[in-house]
Amino acid sequence: MKRIFLPLFMLLVFVGMILTALHKNSSDTPPLLKLKAEYSVRHKSSVDHSLFPELKKKFKRPQDVTAACISCHNGRADEVMKSSHWNWERTEYIVGKGIRSLGKRNVLNNFCIGITSNEQSCSRCHAGYGYSNGPSYFKDSLNVDCLACHDNSGTYMKMNEGAGMPDTSVNLNYVAQHVGRPTRTNCGTCHFFGGGGNNVKHGDLEEALFDPTRDVDVHMASDGEDMQCVDCHTASKHQMLGKMYSVSSMNRNRVTCEGCHSSMPHSDDILNEHTLKVACQTCHIPVIAKVNPTKVYWDWSTAGKLENGKPFELKDSAGTDIYMSIKGSFKWIRMLKPDYIWFNGTASHYLLGDKFDPSKPLVLNQLYGSYDDPDSKIYPVKIHRANQIYDTQFDYLIQPKVYSAKPGDGGFWGDFDWERAAREGMKAVDLPFSGHYGFTRTTMYWPANHMVSPKEQAVECHTRNDGRLATLEGFYLPGRDYNPLVEQLGGGLLALSLLGVLIHGGGRILVSRKKKVTK
Amino acid sequence: MKRELIYKRFERFWHWTQAILVIFLAVTGFEIHGSISFFGYDQAVMYHDIAAWSFLVLIAFAIFWHVTTGEWRQYLPTWKNLKAQAEYYIFGIFRNSPHPTKKTVLSKLNPLQKIVYAGLKVLIIPAMVLSGLLYMFYRYPQRYEVLSLNINSLQTIAIVHTIGAFLLLAFLIVHLYLITTGQTVTSNLKAMITGYEDLPDESTGEKVKSSTKKEEVAEVSK
Repeated sequence: MKRIFLPLFMLLVFVGMILTALHKNSSDTPPLLKLKAEYSVRHKSSVDHSLFPELKKKFKRPQDVTAACISCHNGRADEVMKSSHWNWERTEYIVGKGIRSLGKRNVLNNFCIGITSNEQSCSRCHAGYGYSNGPSYFKDSLNVDCLACHDNSGTYMKMNEGAGMPDTSVNLNYVAQHVGRPTRTNCGTCHFFGGGGNNVKHGDLEEALFDPTRDVDVHMASDGEDMQCVDCHTASKHQMLGKMYSVSSMNRNRVTCEGCHSSMPHSDDILNEHTLKVACQTCHIPVIAKVNPTKVYWDWSTAGKLENGKPFELKDSAGTDIYMSIKGSFKWIRMLKPDYIWFNGTASHYLLGDKFDPSKPLVLNQLYGSYDDPDSKIYPVKIHRANQIYDTQFDYLIQPKVYSAKPGDGGFWGDFDWERAAREGMKAVDLPFSGHYGFTRTTMYWPANHMVSPKEQAVECHTRNDGRLATLEGFYLPGRDYNPLVEQLGGGLLALSLLGVLIHGGGRILVSRKKKVTK
Repeated sequence: MKRELIYKRFERFWHWTQAILVIFLAVTGFEIHGSISFFGYDQAVMYHDIAAWSFLVLIAFAIFWHVTTGEWRQYLPTWKNLKAQAEYYIFGIFRNSPHPTKKTVLSKLNPLQKIVYAGLKVLIIPAMVLSGLLYMFYRYPQRYEVLSLNINSLQTIAIVHTIGAFLLLAFLIVHLYLITTGQTVTSNLKAMITGYEDLPDESTGEKVKSSTKKEEVAEVSK
């Protein structure tokens, strides 16, 4: 017994050492508390703009406001003029296509399709006054609209179909005297209504975020942190951090959760391990379009029906448009469960004039990634499908002129003539139109980044297996994947073992009975 | 007949703890695998991990015990009597023939048991432990980053682990049945619970051929 004591003691020490080595200390102050403290400090304007005499003199044109702004903030307008908000395009590298200029100015989508020939309407959301394609417009710093982003009075708005000019109701002096750091209202006025209505495009950006509860968005919650867009989308020299893959293709200038939360934010090791292959958004944005539905399907081919010669609209029971003569038929989903893809931060784009195979759905912005790619993670996306106009002879998408200033100018929304709309639009983008058109299926991917839920609502393992990841390929997911041969052989082995045992045991029972009988 | 202590206290503790752990690991494991649903996925993972660590500790003690007591020799496979033992299970058992291998304290396993248990200890359990540890640690989160072995996919690890699980489960089924094939239907079970079994006297008509070598434990043959 004594002989055994020393080795036993050594073994215990050894096991203890292993367990101690595997045990990790938890960090002292929870990082989340530090962040909460940091962001609970509210931004305060350092000056009172209502006291400046420059802003008290009567402004005849909005450009006069810009001149007044520049008179103090010199150089700032030039910074804006280098930004995507102003240029609506940026130089990007696209795999297989090289270095191209990419942005709202020249990329087609499958919502209102494209801005060329429709500038008068689309540029309501341009950060400038009197948008036009001429080079003189983009070079004049007085055209920069400071107020759209910096109005803190809540009274500034742009004119409908006014090429970016302010509405006539706006009191420019009042707005100019109440400027400050951009709020969710400034950004949301454009970004929540992309595609011609609330939540049409993104699904995770909608008017509910003007005043959201914690359940809708844990960061922006009015009853919580009340974070503003620019808290994450920080800017230096008016160059905003962040961009969308509907108009960009490179893995750069992205806002990341990790920037604040680090890549190891959980106290649980298994959860932290997930961050290697799973983006934060995947678990923490379990649903989007939480308050109002988002558009998931747009069929342009049914557009143009008229009632008594006049366009009409149909709404569903919830009051959502399901048909508009000017736009066609739609499908919307509220509480949309995102789709999931492997994504490494790079994307391809359909560019004007690219030929495609109309027998298959055309992906307008292919997001690249795979399990085997170390830069890829699983991301949640909203998929928007559409049926949109293309040239059946040249096999490329058509940029139609949809906006119509007055009937007879060829705009589809005034004349309801697809051929004319296609001809006018293609003339504007300088591409030939064969005169033959049809409608083709297209797909767009919209990564979901907002509407982060409280952690209690994050996707858990058992909801993870609710089919969310069913179609995601290229890797082994416990609980979902197996080797069919192993399952068959293993199951067979178990069945045979059981059968063998039963037969053997049955035989023994029979034999022993017989013996008893013969005895 | 002679009442002998065959399974010592630690051996019995080890056996029954192992039995509980293996069954528990099978239930939680096959739940993670998606075959059954009982605890819920998250809980099953947690329980499986806890049971796995307990099993590792038990294995460490079991190895220590086997090495220090020399009992590991019990599992040395032998050709001797192998055929006879197989024939007994296929034919003899139905004719009420006597067991071809006599249980003694020095040799408590028959040749088939030796092969199967040695296989478990040398192949299946190590494969399960290794694949299980890789399953847990092929990626390991540190404070600021996830460290990773140069293993890209879980697939191979998971499939090896699954194969082992099927084999262990098949063993369990057969093992449970073979409990009933002792001297009496319950004598094996009783022995593993109490440690004692009534062994036939070595002098009652059977020739005992014991080896002079210490590691070759006594084999009794007819």
